[in-house]
Amino acid sequence: MEAAVLPEVTSAGVIIKAIIILAVIAAIAGFGTFIERKVLAFMQRRLGPMHVGPYGILQLVADGIKLFTKEDIVPQHSNKIIFKIAPVITAATAFIALASVPVFPDFTIPQWVPLLGGVFVPSIAADINIGILFVLGMMAAGLYGPLLAGMAQANKWGIIGSARTAIQFLSYEVVTGLSILAPIMLVGSLSLVDFNTYQTGGLTSWILWQQPVAFVLFLIAGFAETNRTPFDLLEHEAEIISGYATEYSGLRWGLFFIGEYANMVTVSILAAVVFMGGYNDLGFLPGWLMIILKIAFVFFFMLWVRASWPHIRPDQLMWLCWKVLMPIAVINVVITGLFMMV
Amino acid sequence: MYEQIAFYLFSVLTIGLFLVTVLSKNLLYAMTSLAAGMVLVSGFFFLLGADFLGVVQLIVYVGAVMALYAFAMMFFDATKDTKENNTNGSWIFLLGGLTALLLVMMFAAPIFSESVVASYPSVEGATNPQNVGMVLFTKYLIPFEVAAVMLLVAMIAGIILAGKKMDHSLTTNEDNIEVKTLSKEEEL
Repeated sequence: MEAAVLPEVTSAGVIIKAIIILAVIAAIAGFGTFIERKVLAFMQRRLGPMHVGPYGILQLVADGIKLFTKEDIVPQHSNKIIFKIAPVITAATAFIALASVPVFPDFTIPQWVPLLGGVFVPSIAADINIGILFVLGMMAAGLYGPLLAGMAQANKWGIIGSARTAIQFLSYEVVTGLSILAPIMLVGSLSLVDFNTYQTGGLTSWILWQQPVAFVLFLIAGFAETNRTPFDLLEHEAEIISGYATEYSGLRWGLFFIGEYANMVTVSILAAVVFMGGYNDLGFLPGWLMIILKIAFVFFFMLWVRASWPHIRPDQLMWLCWKVLMPIAVINVVITGLFMMV
Repeated sequence: MYEQIAFYLFSVLTIGLFLVTVLSKNLLYAMTSLAAGMVLVSGFFFLLGADFLGVVQLIVYVGAVMALYAFAMMFFDATKDTKENNTNGSWIFLLGGLTALLLVMMFAAPIFSESVVASYPSVEGATNPQNVGMVLFTKYLIPFEVAAVMLLVAMIAGIILAGKKMDHSLTTNEDNIEVKTLSKEEEL
């Protein structure tokens, strides 16, 4: 990935890229709900949504119409401004995190397109050389969505939900950071492009084989950071109604949802690029197909886990983080360092 | 040109948000604007090309420090305004004076800027984190290690403080409660 070969990145290209990311990921977030329901249904020997459209595929549109037309309720004694800002924070941080990861391959808009012909659209919207840290930082900032939502709504369940947000996200950030530190030490760079070039040698050069422990830790922490099922204590229905989202309805709730799915996509992309060979060609399969397949697999894996595992209790969550995952991550980093020095 | 627009935008927003932090009587507004201001401060680092420091600002201040503030605020009713009873004028005078002095110094600083030379200039070709690492492990090694020891001390102290009354139940108010240990099967 020598920068010299590529055409110059113009601001028009970056803006187009940003719009593409927004449009496609928001659509994927919507489509993800449909996929999730279908996958869960098949794993539980049901059919899932079947009535709207062929094979239930228009359920997505029906859900959208429902979300758009629902009454937008802002509770009387809540802090109204913060209440309205909170869902936007979740969605915004999720999309900002996507700015520094490779989402689609580079392409140049063909010349016959009016106005925009010949504009080069880069693979990464903001190609900063510390891509991984930026994603982690933005995901860390994402905790303000649920946190402020819970605190603004003057609802006990909301407060419990936001307290759980703070402890869960803060704790698992440690595990994410430490688990991803070992691959960073191997590659010697924080740029996602360097991670990709490190793994150009086909299937055997994937960091996954050198760092299996880090990969598992990263996935587990990823579930916690995206609020996925074994760790979705922020909105544990059986315990705290809907946690931080208790008082939300309609589109505001939808924004939380889009943010969660965008975060799932981000974690999938990170797992694919950092551990699973990135967008390198594999045999006869081109790189763009490989990365989509890998992202889709990690996404599917998240749904799979949701279908297989029950919720855990908050104390089990903390036990898992501080007494199991964190020590393993530290030991993994130390062993990696020893191997690199020898 | 973009840099200048971004700089002034970030400056105005940062100052505005920190003003809200100071002047607001609502805990939630103060906290939110402080966190948002911290995010915008990282924008200055990005503008100066110090990507690594910008991200560290994001992770440390926004992700960790502010989240701990927020966690402490769970114990208050965040939707109500607080009544401030600070009528001590001398403090306001002192703080205002110091702030004015600081501002004057900040505005006056560029006068001396031509004589300012970086004693540890960034190495050509090294990336941001590498530059930080080089300075941290050569010139500032001892402060770095001292900071590490301090953090260790703070951690041990925190564990001791928290662990002191671990066997005292707050619900039943009796000592020496049995700490229920789960077997492996139950935990999974």
